[in-house]
Amino acid sequence: MLKINSVSKQFNNRFTALESIDLQVYPGEIISIVGTSGCGKSTLLRIISGLDFPTSGSVYIHDQPITAPHPEIGIIFQEPRLMPWLNVWENVQFGLYNQSKAGKERVTQETLAKVGLTEFSELLPRELSGGMAQRVAIARALVTKPSILLLDEPFSALDAFTRLKMQEHLLKLWEYDRPTMILVTHDIEEALVLSDRAIVMRGNPGHIHQDFTLNLPRPRKRTDTNFQYWRELLLSNLDLSTTERVIIK
Amino acid sequence: MNGHPKNFNSNSTDRSLQSMAVSQRQRLQKSRLVWVRGLILPTLLLILWEILVRVGVFPSNLLPAPSTIVFTLLDLAISGELFHHIVITLYRIFLGFFIGSALATILGSLTGYSRSIHQLLDPLLQALRNIPSLAWVPLFVLWMGIYETSKIALIAVGVFFPVYLSLMSAVQGVDRKLVEVGKVYRLNGLQLIRRVFLPAALPEYIVGLRSGLGLGWMFVVAAEIIGANQGLGFLLTDGETTGRPDVVIASILLFAVLGKLTDMGLVVIGKRLLKWQDTYTSRK
Repeated sequence: MLKINSVSKQFNNRFTALESIDLQVYPGEIISIVGTSGCGKSTLLRIISGLDFPTSGSVYIHDQPITAPHPEIGIIFQEPRLMPWLNVWENVQFGLYNQSKAGKERVTQETLAKVGLTEFSELLPRELSGGMAQRVAIARALVTKPSILLLDEPFSALDAFTRLKMQEHLLKLWEYDRPTMILVTHDIEEALVLSDRAIVMRGNPGHIHQDFTLNLPRPRKRTDTNFQYWRELLLSNLDLSTTERVIIK
Repeated sequence: MNGHPKNFNSNSTDRSLQSMAVSQRQRLQKSRLVWVRGLILPTLLLILWEILVRVGVFPSNLLPAPSTIVFTLLDLAISGELFHHIVITLYRIFLGFFIGSALATILGSLTGYSRSIHQLLDPLLQALRNIPSLAWVPLFVLWMGIYETSKIALIAVGVFFPVYLSLMSAVQGVDRKLVEVGKVYRLNGLQLIRRVFLPAALPEYIVGLRSGLGLGWMFVVAAEIIGANQGLGFLLTDGETTGRPDVVIASILLFAVLGKLTDMGLVVIGKRLLKWQDTYTSRK
């Protein structure tokens, strides 16, 4: 279980990005954190990942505070962030350095098959399309079998059609090991299609505005009246004024 | 009935394959032609030079004809002297280059990676870099004698700085986003350097190695002119003291050829290692 305990984050002692965030995430849960740009949702995810540190408060995994990237936490960034000098196969293996060779080969093979890239294992990142590259990044995160998967706007750089495919694909991948997933997104439909809970954040300073449990049946249909209802509800809870303020600045 | 469209298809693919082969051949011929084009001017100059010396416009005791130089080279080669000089010079270059670039690789990656190591080491190294490297000669000779050690040390010093500087700045410029991936997988400092920083810094590193090697050639000449009884630099000064400009020019030519060959070696290795690059030129 992941527990976020009154986490605050200030930058340069002036700008408060997050103010006393409290959140509990249960095993196997898919939660989305939605909010407009600048509301601190990505900062929160970076703190959970151990790449950034809170100014006060802590994030706990199995009741241990996270002080550095944790072996049970995988992360998928907005960009694929593949090593350009490694091919697909080697990129997927990037995080598997403390294992036997045979074990490594087997898991890599398995994971590449899951993301449907078996026959592309020899390609270099520069030869991949955006969607393929992101699938490699997902495979790289899954290959270490994390119990918690963090996703920082993972599909926002993809075209609309690829994005829909990837959302479906992600749910299928989740079915294998059912890791806890924390998805940061500004795409409300994405949150509604994927998650069990939607956390709405607002900025200035970043805080949790609402925590909705989405009791929608799966598979989710975008045309469903309930879906539409939730969409309107989440939208009305976003603080759209912050975006305007950011733009005016 | 069925054969017709099939035949037509295979014919047309044959034709397109043929035209592809033709265009490829044309391209090959074209690239060979470009290569030849670079030789036109040097060849004309050589012929002009030969004529002017033969006619007596240039005094042949100061500027010997190209043919004389070729014969000098052949003489030296036949006597086995030339091979000996080349081997000893190459030995000095390679050893000096290896030591200098190895040290530069270690220190450059450390100062590029760690801010505190940078603060500790870089000011000193930058100060040392600003000493004209030839100024080290007297000290190296005093410390290490006039034989191989001082020469190789001098070459290593020459090679060190360009490699160090380029690697350090390249490591400092590595994309934070890739480094974070390494951190997510809990790589320690050395693993990060080996698995993320060095490969990412490789393009600039190879440029640094090339300029280091260039300086290495400069310093091997300096070292061999100052005090040596073998090597191409010795051949150079020997030609001067014995009044044989053909030997001097022959040695200069050999330096040019060997320098170019070793540089090409680095370029070829670099190209192989940098196949992954997605750059303007790699797409052609």
